[in-house]
Amino acid sequence: MISHHLPALQVVVPLMAAPLCFLLGRYRRLGWILSTLVSWLCLWIAVRLAFQVADGGQIQYAFGGWAPPWGIEYRVDQLNVLVLLIVSGIASVMFPYSWSSVQNEVDPEQQPLFFTCMLLCLAGLLGITITGDAFNLFVLLEISSLSTYTLISLGRDRRALTASFQYLIMGTIGATFILIGVGILYMLTGTLNMADLSDRIGEIGESRALQAGFGFLIVGIGLKLAMFPLHLWLPNAYAFAPSIVSAFIAATATKVAVYVMVRYLFTIFGHEFSFSAMYIHWLLIPVGLIAVLFTSIVAVFQRDIKRMLAYSSVAQIGYMLVGIGLVSTTGLTATLLHLFNHALMKGALFLSMGAVCYRLGNTLIDNMDGIGRQMPWTMGAFVAGGLSLIGVPLTVGFISKWYLILAALEKGWWPIAVIVVLGSLIAVIYVWRVVEAAYLHQRPDQSVTVVEAPASLLVPTWILVLANYYFGIDASFTTGFTSSAATTLFGAP
Amino acid sequence: MEFNFPPGLILVLGAIALPFLKGKIQQALIVLLPVMTLVLVWWIPNDYTLVLSFLDYQLSPVNSTPTGRLFASIFCIMTFAGGIYAMGQAKILELTAAYVYAGSAIGVTFCGDLISLFIFWEIMALGSTMVLWAAGSQSAYRASFRYLMIHLLGGVVLMAGIILHVHTTGSTDFTAMQPDNLASILILVGFLVNAGAPPLSAWIADAYPEASPSGMVFLSAFTTKTAVYALLVGFPGATILIYIGLYMVFYGIIYALLENDMRRILAYSIVNQVGFMVCAIGIGTELALNGAAAHAFAHIIYKALLLMSAGSVLMMTGKRKCTDLGGLFQSMPQTAINGIIGALAISSFPFTSGFVTKSLETAAAASQGMVAVWFLLIAASAGVFLHAGIKFPWFVFFQKDSGQRPPDPPGNMRFSMWGFSFLCIAIGLFPGPLYRLLPYPVEYQPYTASHLVTQFQLLLFAGFAFFVMLPLMKRTLTISLDFDWFYRRFLHIFAKEFTVKTSNTHIRIEHAIHQRIERFIKRLYRHHGPHGILARTWPSGGMVLWVAIMLAGILLTSALL
Repeated sequence: MISHHLPALQVVVPLMAAPLCFLLGRYRRLGWILSTLVSWLCLWIAVRLAFQVADGGQIQYAFGGWAPPWGIEYRVDQLNVLVLLIVSGIASVMFPYSWSSVQNEVDPEQQPLFFTCMLLCLAGLLGITITGDAFNLFVLLEISSLSTYTLISLGRDRRALTASFQYLIMGTIGATFILIGVGILYMLTGTLNMADLSDRIGEIGESRALQAGFGFLIVGIGLKLAMFPLHLWLPNAYAFAPSIVSAFIAATATKVAVYVMVRYLFTIFGHEFSFSAMYIHWLLIPVGLIAVLFTSIVAVFQRDIKRMLAYSSVAQIGYMLVGIGLVSTTGLTATLLHLFNHALMKGALFLSMGAVCYRLGNTLIDNMDGIGRQMPWTMGAFVAGGLSLIGVPLTVGFISKWYLILAALEKGWWPIAVIVVLGSLIAVIYVWRVVEAAYLHQRPDQSVTVVEAPASLLVPTWILVLANYYFGIDASFTTGFTSSAATTLFGAP
Repeated sequence: MEFNFPPGLILVLGAIALPFLKGKIQQALIVLLPVMTLVLVWWIPNDYTLVLSFLDYQLSPVNSTPTGRLFASIFCIMTFAGGIYAMGQAKILELTAAYVYAGSAIGVTFCGDLISLFIFWEIMALGSTMVLWAAGSQSAYRASFRYLMIHLLGGVVLMAGIILHVHTTGSTDFTAMQPDNLASILILVGFLVNAGAPPLSAWIADAYPEASPSGMVFLSAFTTKTAVYALLVGFPGATILIYIGLYMVFYGIIYALLENDMRRILAYSIVNQVGFMVCAIGIGTELALNGAAAHAFAHIIYKALLLMSAGSVLMMTGKRKCTDLGGLFQSMPQTAINGIIGALAISSFPFTSGFVTKSLETAAAASQGMVAVWFLLIAASAGVFLHAGIKFPWFVFFQKDSGQRPPDPPGNMRFSMWGFSFLCIAIGLFPGPLYRLLPYPVEYQPYTASHLVTQFQLLLFAGFAFFVMLPLMKRTLTISLDFDWFYRRFLHIFAKEFTVKTSNTHIRIEHAIHQRIERFIKRLYRHHGPHGILARTWPSGGMVLWVAIMLAGILLTSALL
């Protein structure tokens, strides 16, 4: 009975828990425990769903018994179950972490609001991923976005408010574009169900309106996923948000947005329309490559390590866009792999920076001189995660870069492979800056003494670090899932 | 029982435990780890292959071959002796790094595929950098950085080659190749960087002498010899290697003769000796490959012995320049005797390991009818005797009395030296067991009358030449006009001119590059730094403009195409 409703529960459970959490009010710890339990439950549901679709099948769930295309349909396949696993997995590691971190960074009276928004954000992200309905996707996107704006504004730094406001403006423009795009599609086809849309778009043939809708959707989603040069909201948002929020949205929100782009390009519009008629790869590849090079260089010059990681995220999204733009199964596999892998590495890196912030109060590199000795586990996690970001063999970073280079060589576009390697080399520089400060510099005499972060922060961080290495060594699960998802996406008309 | 575990990993994993242990347990582990590794090296049956799948590729991190086993064995022996030598003196960071380094070198010798080879290769680069770094001085830090740069560069080239190779052939197997396509050329270049081949030969003499006394003992053994192993398996008979090898042989000799720092002399001598091996690999016959493998085996022992001796002198006196040293035989007799045994071995003095191994290579050149190569190798053997065989012990232990009376080094260091001296002579007297370990069957008899006579003659004349030219070697100003004046003085001036000129231009070029890089970074910073155009984060309006541009772009493309 319950197992039949799992797709709905995946979203409904965190959505319902959110107001409950708010009602718990000043029992802040209870609110945290509730949200942690909910995140674990979500992971369990996602794992159950993953087992059900592991053989390449699909789960179709009609909400409220209304048959699609009239009712809202939830549809689970190998592509989005992977994203569900990312989102709920990251959440289930980060929610336990959040308690100590939030005590330090968020005002007590705002903490119930904080956990409520975290749950809403989780519900929104899971919903975007699982839904099979274009308008429902928009609604859930708004839920997650609105809660993210709130979360960012809870940062202690007053600039968090401006960052949040800027993100709100840009996010709203993005959402509007998506809404306009969906509206045009609805006007043309009379349906909002994704599978149905896909069938009918094929029948329309050439249409200016369809092309306009496509344009609006891509730019709108591009804003959400911080596609270069639409990424300008991201560094501030990540830098000034509370640490746990930076970690959570860096590891999940952009990934979900990339998923939405893949879903639109491949499932709804179909790869023939997207690439053969609209030439969207002519946009994605240059934009992705420029992102890889430029934002990596920008990252090198950052003083705040959270902001540095934010710029690095934009570069990593560049890799994903390039993977999509290569228009091949290998390229798409690389993108999906990187989706998963980047969540692991950025999650680990942001969590370790959260631990630094917990002790130092900020993540400025100038204050990090010599802390490698005082916080060996925290900085060890950063170095281990940094190696993965660079793409050293035996880490997940290596796997996704390997596939990306392979896909580029398959096409014979070796300059892309060169730029990918170049991006890794720049990553060496910005990771090295932190290593140099933390390990090679002496701790200044007058600076405050710091001690190792508490276990409640270290354990989640190291779980993600170890995941980086586990999935880097035994990549059979991730590569199997992603390559079969990629094949399905290309097989679909 | 089958125990399919990469032997090198015992050392790597054990090394990581070292810093957490103390006192006797730590020392026991230092001694036991190499022994355990050696046992495992021989436990794994010959031609055993463990196949793992990684992504879509077959990896074989445990692939036992006679050649790999030979190299792995000497690496274990080397780690054992080096560990004992370093114990008590070296920092624990250095020992840990050295064991990781040694373990990954052993890992390379057991790799059946290119991907795991590359992984161990990179761990080796990191480990060796840490060994250098552990010396602690500012110059060591800078040298380690330069060293790392060169090896990362080599690593990138190697990786590019491997990816291309895997992509074109679809196979990851590490087997013999010919440098006739881009992929294998890149792989060859990656290997050669580690071997110290031109034009990047200088890193050896640049970096190694900055290491601690024990650090250099480790460093001398693994990186270049792993490269020899990789070339031996990957590129036997690639003709280009003959010339590269000959270049290295003479490069090493000339620079070693001009050098004053005792450990730099020995570092140049590494290039020279590896040159012999590379040349033999280029010849590529069974005899030549046997020679390269045997020479590598013997070379690790006697070069480590020489460096242990030099390291002891450095540790006891704190001096490293030949001009500051001398007359130490009086107070450091054991170090001196061991140094002399090492020096004799490197000069292929009969009844030492050098005599029975290096001659395989010259014989290979002779049997292939390569007269010029043979002649050059023989001439180079005399040169080796000059720079390493006599110059090092003479200037350090005899010559003038420098007035210093340091005692012999502590017992563990003496023990390692005696152990290696024993091996040098034992292999020289009884080459049979070593010959049986070689990759191909050996039908070579080193102790023939003609070989002995030739070698004695060679050494005698080289020794004679050394003492005749002693004033020159000391770089005093009295010069006798003779024919050898011509070539020595000429070479000297030539080399000096060359080094001075190049160092001047070098400084100029370096300065120009430096400025250019600085300007480049400033420009980057202007555009990408916190206030740069490309990193400005506040203007929402600007971004909305971008949104509009992008939308217009998409719509226009779809309208026009």
